Amino acid sequence: MGQITLQGVQKSFGPVHIIKGADLEITDGSFVVFVGPSGCGKTTLLRLIAGLEDVTGGAILIDGRNVVDVPPAKRGLSMVFQSYALYPHMSVRGNIAFGLKMAGVAKDEINRKVEAAAATLNLTPYLERKPRELSGGQRQRVAIGRAIVREPKAFLFDEPLSNLDAALRVQMRLEVTRLQKQLGTTAIYVTHDQVEAMTMADKIVVLNGGKIEQYGSPLELYEKPNNLFVAGFIGSPKMNFVTGELARQQGATTIGVRPEHLKVERDGQGGWQGTVAVAEHLGSDTFLYVDAAALGMLTARYVGELDLHPGDRVSLIPDPARIHRFDDSGKSIHA
Amino acid sequence: MATQQTQLLARTLLTPAVALLFIWMIVPLALTIYFATLHYNLLDPGSESFVGLENFRYFLTDPAFLASLQNTLVLVGSVLAITIILGVPLALLLDQQVVGLSIVRLMVIAPFFVMPTVSALVWKNLLMHPVSGLFAWIAHLFGLPAIDWFNDAPLFSVILIVSWQWLPFATLILLTALQSLDEEQKEAAEMDGASAISTFIYITLPHLARPITVVILIETIFLLTVFAEIFVTTGGGPGLQTTNIAFLIYSQALIQYDVGSASAGGLVAVVLANIVAFFLVRIVGRNLEA
Amino acid sequence: MARMVTTRNKVISTAAAWLVGFLIFFPILWMVLASFKTELEAFAIPPSFLFFHWTTENYVTVQERSDYLHHALNSIIIAGGSTLIAMLIAIPAAWSMAFSPTKRTKDVLLWMLSTKMMPPVGVLVPIYLIYRTFGLLDTRSGLIFILCLGNLPIVIWMLFTYFKEIPKDILEAARMDGATIGRELIYVLTPMAVPGLASTLLLNLILAWNEAFWTLNLSTLEAAPLTVFIASYSSPEGLFWAKLSAASTLAIAPILVLGWFSQRQLVRGLTFGAVK
Repeated sequence: MGQITLQGVQKSFGPVHIIKGADLEITDGSFVVFVGPSGCGKTTLLRLIAGLEDVTGGAILIDGRNVVDVPPAKRGLSMVFQSYALYPHMSVRGNIAFGLKMAGVAKDEINRKVEAAAATLNLTPYLERKPRELSGGQRQRVAIGRAIVREPKAFLFDEPLSNLDAALRVQMRLEVTRLQKQLGTTAIYVTHDQVEAMTMADKIVVLNGGKIEQYGSPLELYEKPNNLFVAGFIGSPKMNFVTGELARQQGATTIGVRPEHLKVERDGQGGWQGTVAVAEHLGSDTFLYVDAAALGMLTARYVGELDLHPGDRVSLIPDPARIHRFDDSGKSIHA
Repeated sequence: MATQQTQLLARTLLTPAVALLFIWMIVPLALTIYFATLHYNLLDPGSESFVGLENFRYFLTDPAFLASLQNTLVLVGSVLAITIILGVPLALLLDQQVVGLSIVRLMVIAPFFVMPTVSALVWKNLLMHPVSGLFAWIAHLFGLPAIDWFNDAPLFSVILIVSWQWLPFATLILLTALQSLDEEQKEAAEMDGASAISTFIYITLPHLARPITVVILIETIFLLTVFAEIFVTTGGGPGLQTTNIAFLIYSQALIQYDVGSASAGGLVAVVLANIVAFFLVRIVGRNLEA
Repeated sequence: MARMVTTRNKVISTAAAWLVGFLIFFPILWMVLASFKTELEAFAIPPSFLFFHWTTENYVTVQERSDYLHHALNSIIIAGGSTLIAMLIAIPAAWSMAFSPTKRTKDVLLWMLSTKMMPPVGVLVPIYLIYRTFGLLDTRSGLIFILCLGNLPIVIWMLFTYFKEIPKDILEAARMDGATIGRELIYVLTPMAVPGLASTLLLNLILAWNEAFWTLNLSTLEAAPLTVFIASYSSPEGLFWAKLSAASTLAIAPILVLGWFSQRQLVRGLTFGAVK
């Protein structure tokens, strides 16, 4: 079981409030991603759950038991660090076995479990090597192996893929997701990369300035962001925001339209008029950065190739059903 | 940033070291200040009396103090100049591609590991002895009269020995700094059309400015209190010609047993060292933040 | 470093470096040579460089004189003892400052450093009197104590800079893996810190072995280490140059070897991390 509940969790370092009261319900077996800009408190929140930091206030329940006074090792969680934090003087086998050894597990059982974990992660040929003899991806796998071998109630991942190159990152993303589904263990995963969040998570927690802005499934966040921050943070390229008269006509202070919900018409009438400033042709998609005079710079995404070039006049027609409206405090207005 | 439990443990572990160093600093220093205000001679026990600043007046106006202050400054200044002026080219040389570099490095560093009393005696007897020393023989080969080093140029002789001991230190630190100089910076300068000399002046030398400062400060702290080399070779003489502040205080304390005056002198030495230490601590402190 | 070097340049710099290295090393070499000469040859003019009667007689004589072994033993006990005690006090302190720093840690470190900058002559008088009062003059424990205190700031500093380089993540990983503080120290921190601990140990052995202010002032005979023993040859009447050379060679040989091993770490220790 790995049901984790946060109740009014607060953390301050001296006068600085890092976490300003977090409430969260993480159901057993789900993959939850904490995402937010740097300094939003996502790593701190993870470390509070891990027990590497003391909470200033509130409660953390693991399977219904408050663990705020329980040392990290006794919480039954395991963690994968951004730097992997492998023990440089131990072999891969030693690294994976260390937690079991500390728990006093019998030798042959340790060996059996380590070998099983290594087989799952394709590490069997490297068991006797030292971390420095491994590639980045292999080190990453060892760190994961160290986490799974203890059969924890939940995995904690602290930006584990940020040190890998782009191609490997996509591959490891898949592997981590598949492994988590296969084991059915709760996972909490911290990242600043919203693509990682969208692709991996069952549920996403968007954090900003020490507060939880929204908690929901990736599509909920995409379709129904609670506020301007979430609307702007989730989705790539970013949502376009328009203020002023146009927004007022819709009964809002700000309206937002995602680039993929703008229809592009060459020399069109109607809609929002502008001039193409930059056109990015990816083959599969075309991204247009359009200078729309008073509306500012707008981004539009077209699936497929669109033969437009800088200087061309275009009109952008927003899909009326996909316009997000925000009041003057930035909250979403739902019809 | 850790849990309270580990922080408490950390404070507990730090305490013995802090307490010991605090006592080590404060007790002798307080006693030195106290003794400095007393008339106190070990040969004349029972005559201790408070004399205020009399010892300072006596110590500071003593011609021996002025002479030894001058000797100290000449010694420190000369050794600094010699070790830096020779150390920079030597470090540059060792930074080149040299066959058997590791062996050359060992030979250059070796003098630093020789205990001061040994190096003083080797130089005094085997090299600088006016009759049987190697230098006398070399002078003889060129038809020159042998120099009686410790009588004719006593302070210079001490400077020579001390420089030999500290040249490896300066070289080693400058060499380490040179090796940390980004090769791409030099290559960029080369692409910009800089000659070897301009590269040295505009790239290498500015890079060495900080390590040179560090060498100067650390050497100064140790050179202010050079003792064993003088103790072994000249005993401060002839006359006061090689007496530096450290040796003067030693002779007042343990030869003339004048505790009061020696303590006053000790405080003067502390003040001198602190002026240097002030700058060194600032440099190290800045580095600690980076 | 893929710089083209012409053969001619390489020959010139090699020759220059070897020449300078030889000149700097020469006094030590000359001493070692003298230690294998007879007393007569040792101060003969003209001097003989290699073609003399090589003899190990001086070493035998020096070994046979029981006082040499006595002083050598003193050196070993004093240098070793003061270094070990300093390490025992410094390891927990450095560990605490490196892994659980506070706002004041930097100030504490700089203050510790500043105690090292106090000139020993400044406190010679009270230390001498305290030692006389408590009967610590010319005792090994007295010298161990003072050398330990003198080198403690350097030991703490070096260990601090080494510990600082151990990623905190790894210690936290061990904590997540269920290691107690004690086991964290034994299984994770110590093995990772061994290279740093070793070079700190070496540098401080060297410094303590060669220390020649307190040893000269606070010991005369019983507790006198080799620095004092060698200094006693300075009196002009005992012109035993060959034997002096043999004794000196023995006194510096072990430290030269240790020093050569630790030369790379030396810079860090001696500059308090200001030059890397």
